[in-house]
Amino acid sequence: MRALLALLLMVWMTAAALAVEPGERLDDPALEARARAISAGLRCLVCQNQSLDDSNAELAHDLRVLIRERLRDGDSDEQVRQFLVSRYGAFILLKPPVERDTYLLWFGPFALLLLGAAGVVAYLRRRGRAASMEPPPLTPEERRKLAKLLSEGR
Amino acid sequence: MLRRLPYLLPAVAFAALLGYFLAALLKSETHDPSELPSVMLDQPAPDFALEGLGDKPGFARSDLAGKVVLVNFFASWCVPCRAEHPLLARLAETAGVPLYGIDYKDKPADAERFLSQYGSPFRTVGVDPKGRLGIDFGVTGVPETFLIDKSGKIRFHRALPLTPEAIDKEILPLVQALQKS
Repeated sequence: MRALLALLLMVWMTAAALAVEPGERLDDPALEARARAISAGLRCLVCQNQSLDDSNAELAHDLRVLIRERLRDGDSDEQVRQFLVSRYGAFILLKPPVERDTYLLWFGPFALLLLGAAGVVAYLRRRGRAASMEPPPLTPEERRKLAKLLSEGR
Repeated sequence: MLRRLPYLLPAVAFAALLGYFLAALLKSETHDPSELPSVMLDQPAPDFALEGLGDKPGFARSDLAGKVVLVNFFASWCVPCRAEHPLLARLAETAGVPLYGIDYKDKPADAERFLSQYGSPFRTVGVDPKGRLGIDFGVTGVPETFLIDKSGKIRFHRALPLTPEAIDKEILPLVQALQKS
């Protein structure tokens, strides 16, 4: 049990180690925090499923340094992001922007949900109507059969 | 029967999805899904002025003005660049436009050895030791090849090593069309 706990603790502690190298960090903690926030939201173009913050690819290192240089030179967060998007496309943003190309991505699931809800509503309505409808009256033939069955029971 | 048709819809939708996946799988033999569309296409090439290798002169964007040119990012440490090298030599011979080389994140001495060993297909080589110009060009690795037209716009970008097909079917026809315009 104790060994398991120690193991869990070890695994948990290693998760905090990120790829940002000490040499890249800025002295100003506020700027560094902004740089970290930006790079956490950008995709590494080499690994493609890691953020710039997590990746230890060469290009990710270069881009982290570039982000910090631009911030130090007075760029806003948005300007830094825009610069990288103009070079590598919206693919570099881990959170895709809402624009014409991504409407299906953003709103598709809700459209499907609505479609499903409409289907359920239509189904329930029809069932409700069927249940509330008066059953058709018995034919003379059926009445005869019924009377016979009832009289047999006595 | 007609009333039952809506119940088939999920099965139809599922079949359509399967078909889509199957088509994408079959296409993946010729199409690499990790390959990205370049946003640099039809954009003006970034401005730069590069130093040369050793004591040779480098080149700047102004040297390319008014010409159709090919620009290739390479590095001596890059194995695919070695494989691509004979094709670059062929491209430089057949394209009829100058081929410029940009030595990406490399040691000049290594690059000089590389070029003297395999022969240089480049008219001029500029060095990009920190990869900054690479970022300006939207390069994600080496080798990458660009075709720039007379007005300085990027008209072709290949983020993979060249292949004979890419040269014959894409680059050469585009070079000819651009030179006429």
